[in-house]
Amino acid sequence: MGKFNKKKSGDLPAISTASLPDIVFMLLFFFMVATVMRDNTLKIKNVLPSADQVEKLDKKDLIMYIYVGQPSERFQSQYGKESRIQLNDKFADVSEIPAFIRAERASKREELRDYLTTALKVDKDANMGIVGDIKQELRKENALKINYTTKKGDISNNQN
Amino acid sequence: MAKRAAPEVNAGSMADIAFLLLIFFLVTTTIATDSGLNRKLPPMDDENVEPPIIKEKNIFTVSINGKNQLLVEEQLMDLKDLRKAALEFLDNGGGTDENGNKCDYCKGKRDPNSSDHPNKAIISLKNDRETKYSMYISVQNELVAAYNILRDRRAEELYGKTLAEMEKDYDDVNYRGNKENLKEKIEKIKIEYPQKLSEVQ
Repeated sequence: MGKFNKKKSGDLPAISTASLPDIVFMLLFFFMVATVMRDNTLKIKNVLPSADQVEKLDKKDLIMYIYVGQPSERFQSQYGKESRIQLNDKFADVSEIPAFIRAERASKREELRDYLTTALKVDKDANMGIVGDIKQELRKENALKINYTTKKGDISNNQN
Repeated sequence: MAKRAAPEVNAGSMADIAFLLLIFFLVTTTIATDSGLNRKLPPMDDENVEPPIIKEKNIFTVSINGKNQLLVEEQLMDLKDLRKAALEFLDNGGGTDENGNKCDYCKGKRDPNSSDHPNKAIISLKNDRETKYSMYISVQNELVAAYNILRDRRAEELYGKTLAEMEKDYDDVNYRGNKENLKEKIEKIKIEYPQKLSEVQ
């Protein structure tokens, strides 16, 4: 009769794609949760040293980041292999730190300015000379709260 | 010849599985927060102020040279021994604090040639320009650890909890006890073992 469209038993059944959106959403959510927004693109090598007596740094808006490390490979022809400071997105000199601190302070609400902390994200192979210079500048600017940002781990990881 | 029909896989529960996974990841992943060693820099020297006179025995000098070797109290030392040496120095309690009080909570050797009181004991850290940052952090970590061990021990003695636990309670919004009281207790421990770590420029 009219039922000539009746499926032949030989056809492979179509794979159900009904759950595909779920899988996609799951991935989406996972990445949304797990990714940390990085506001600076690093132009330097930045492997942090390990320490186990660490305290957490919360209140992300009240932290100024100073990065130090060897320029990454594509910048080495221009900036050499010696450790450099990176402020925001650019390489900087020690003498630019006071201006940076003042700019950061000015961008915060007045009552929060005393709570600003400087996080020093220094590569573990950098030497202390440059860190000492930075600390000296910070003292001059009266930005006395600092944090040596580290990974959580045993200090034996620091010897290589 | 016609093939046999493969039975259709029921995909109805797929969404449930997906949500299960999603919830699992939501619960287990934490957004990475930075952590590190908090330090306070000394303010710029005021030239009009006379630096206080500190007895040699109350200073524990730690210096790191350009080859990442450690010199503690004029002696070469391994990094792994530093924590213990700092602990012994801080906990010595050989004399009295500025008000003439003896350190009744110290458990050290009470050696008259070492520090008088935790209140007076100062650790002075000196580094070379060539010192590697990782070594410096290791040393800082060990020194902070010495302070933390002493504070935890004291907190355990007084309140049956370590300082870290007390601080966690203090930050916990669901904590049922008296927060003012807790803060006072934390402050008391921090006063008994003050962190006096000076960095020489």
